[in-house]
Amino acid sequence: MLAYILGRFVQFLLSLFVASVIVFALMSVLPGNAAQVALGTNATPEAVAALEARYGLDEPPIVRYLDWVGGMVQGDFGTSYVTGTQITPVIVDSVQVTAIIVVTAIVLAVAIAVPLGTFAALEQRNWVGATISALSQIGIAIPNFLAAILLVMVFSLTLGWFPSQGWTAPIEGFGDFLAGLVLPVVALALVQAAILTRYVRSAVLDVMREDFIRTARAKGLTRTRALFAHGLRNAAIPVITVAGVQLATLLVGAVVIEQIFVLPGIGSELVRAVANRDLLTVQGIVMVLIVLVLIINFIVDLLYPVVDPRLRNAA
Amino acid sequence: MKTPRATLLVAAAAAVTLFLSACSAGASDPGEGQNDSMAIAFTAEPVNLDFTSTSGVAIPEALMENVYESLVRVDEQGKIQPALAQEWDVSDDRRTYTFTLRDGVTFSNGAELTSEDVKYSYERVQNEWQNPLKSKMDIVEEITTPDDSTVEITLAKPSNMWLFNLTTLVGAVFDTAGTDDLANQAIGTGPYAVDSFTRGQSIDFVARDGYWGEQPAVANVEFKYFKDAVSAANALKSGEIDVVSNLQAPELASEFQNDDYQIVSGTTNGEVVLSMNNAEGIFADRTAREAVMYAIDRQAVLDTAWAGYGELIGSMVPPTDPYYEDLTQVWPYDPEKAKSLVDEAGISGEEFAFTVPNLPYAKAISEIVSSQLEAVGLKARIETQEFPAVWLDKTFTKHEYDMSVINHAEPRDLLTVFSSDYYTGYDDTKIKELAEKADTGTEEEYISGMKDIARTITEDAAADFLFLFPNLVVAKADVSGIPANRVSDAFRIADLSWA
Repeated sequence: MLAYILGRFVQFLLSLFVASVIVFALMSVLPGNAAQVALGTNATPEAVAALEARYGLDEPPIVRYLDWVGGMVQGDFGTSYVTGTQITPVIVDSVQVTAIIVVTAIVLAVAIAVPLGTFAALEQRNWVGATISALSQIGIAIPNFLAAILLVMVFSLTLGWFPSQGWTAPIEGFGDFLAGLVLPVVALALVQAAILTRYVRSAVLDVMREDFIRTARAKGLTRTRALFAHGLRNAAIPVITVAGVQLATLLVGAVVIEQIFVLPGIGSELVRAVANRDLLTVQGIVMVLIVLVLIINFIVDLLYPVVDPRLRNAA
Repeated sequence: MKTPRATLLVAAAAAVTLFLSACSAGASDPGEGQNDSMAIAFTAEPVNLDFTSTSGVAIPEALMENVYESLVRVDEQGKIQPALAQEWDVSDDRRTYTFTLRDGVTFSNGAELTSEDVKYSYERVQNEWQNPLKSKMDIVEEITTPDDSTVEITLAKPSNMWLFNLTTLVGAVFDTAGTDDLANQAIGTGPYAVDSFTRGQSIDFVARDGYWGEQPAVANVEFKYFKDAVSAANALKSGEIDVVSNLQAPELASEFQNDDYQIVSGTTNGEVVLSMNNAEGIFADRTAREAVMYAIDRQAVLDTAWAGYGELIGSMVPPTDPYYEDLTQVWPYDPEKAKSLVDEAGISGEEFAFTVPNLPYAKAISEIVSSQLEAVGLKARIETQEFPAVWLDKTFTKHEYDMSVINHAEPRDLLTVFSSDYYTGYDDTKIKELAEKADTGTEEEYISGMKDIARTITEDAAADFLFLFPNLVVAKADVSGIPANRVSDAFRIADLSWA
């Protein structure tokens, strides 16, 4: 088990190194630079060159790369030349916002999908199962920004229950914080829940066909009891995999929702930094996202042996 | 095997609790504290608070006239009015301006305004600024301060443009001790101070004590930044904001045509220009450019692309400038003539690069313009470019384009946009002398000279001036004091009040 964890950790570090090189290289070939954007439509070529020198953009790439990685190892992402502020606090603040929204959304999605998917599998031959299947199909087809707009129209503009946009930090007012959280979280969770429901349904259906379920039924258990006693834990493996992938995707994928609801999350920060060619900030954010995705995968890998003892022995 | 069920129950309970507590917390409460606060939606967000190093409209829009003030300001009719200077004299050779400062003006850090601050600020434009607009101060030769309330500024040569330029951001007066952290700290003499700045989200302004002029009616004003026009419109409908400063989706305006709201549509300094590369490529040929001028039905472009809001101008001059002249009939819509010019130039069916910044108005315009061009035999290859970065790099800096479309938002910018080294590649030998004469001449000579220049540029078919970008403000019906015309780079909030 220890060797397994160590092996995964080395893999983690290697991935980080490769990612940092790729990210840095990609940033260097992006057309347009911060000096041009900062100076806008009145710039002369001399002024752009002077500002590039001031930003340090004229240094050789290897020097800039080492500077950047060296700072990051110490938790310092540098100072943005576009905003003139430290990048680290910007990332820390915006990651929190996104994490709160995304984690809440995934928890909600799992809470909806697991019972619905299981139910749909058990009742697959009657109208209840068919209805759940159909609804989840529709849910997959609706992109989350459309869900967001519909939710705003109903719950914000018509009913006036929740604000249509904005973010209040929990310490500034917990009630406002929760109110502002509801619509973006629901918009994200509905679509993810729909996708997850279908995975849960098919995982449960697969498990129900297994020999051990037939044995359990032969022992005298009802279908439902057999499922709860022996089936669900087995169905969990594919569901955990999908939920892990969904969580990782949402970290970046929440950007559209963040824009619609004007939330100061990491996605909005990334879009802003890209638009302004604030490359140091872009690099920093992308690296943080990569670390988070790798950590999620790492945790998912560790969860497998916990859920399934057979994998524990294999590892 | 109790675990799965227990987990489920906990998760479900958590979800329900979250939902219920959120409901009971309720949405924001409109009407509360309505009289001393106002929230205004904007699109372009400032990346920092320092327009001395960062160009673009967002920072001066928020800070000029609200936080920073100049010696002079421009009123809604385009006339220059006193601001920090209560009066000024111009010497007989029209090179030396003597400004008398107002008494009792303080900065938001408590420091008193003296002539030293003005000298410091304006010399700083020349020495420290990064913003390319700093070239507007190049003409200043010497600044002296005979006493605490007098500033004498001597120009290298007489200039009619310079006093007007002073009403823009280059005229902003800083405290000698207030420029250490301009990106985050704005210290000015204006009616408001920045209470807090949350990048990408909002700026909170608070009316400050000890302002030299009239105390503003609304004590707390929040600028909120929305990338998405629909989100801004929704926030206005649900009462979370009170004013949308410039609606970027004019088709949404119809939803606000009722008694609860008001729609104000005025002018801006933004000429939406269909630019053509005069220096090389297909449009270096004047006949080809003339074909474009006749091929475009500008009223149809305005109606389709921007719901008819805006004004046809026919030149690089907005109606609020003193040298405006209606040139909309110089190039009437005449597709037959355009067709014959296309044949004459021998460019029928030839493809050219139409680079379009990914901005709402530009994308809408590119569609209808290219179909109108196609009707006369001109084939545009539309290439969408990310704005600002890619457009600035490829089209603006490297001139890799034949045709493009952009809103040139700077005030009185025709001489900048139509100079040889600018991306338009316009051969400015003809207008250089006129410009020099107009700038150094009397005020009448200035106005007639600038008219000549504007007319020359239009007659040369240097670019197609599609329309003047509107200042389209949507607000709750009981907001008053909204400026209809945007003549300066500022969005002035001191005049706003609740009816």
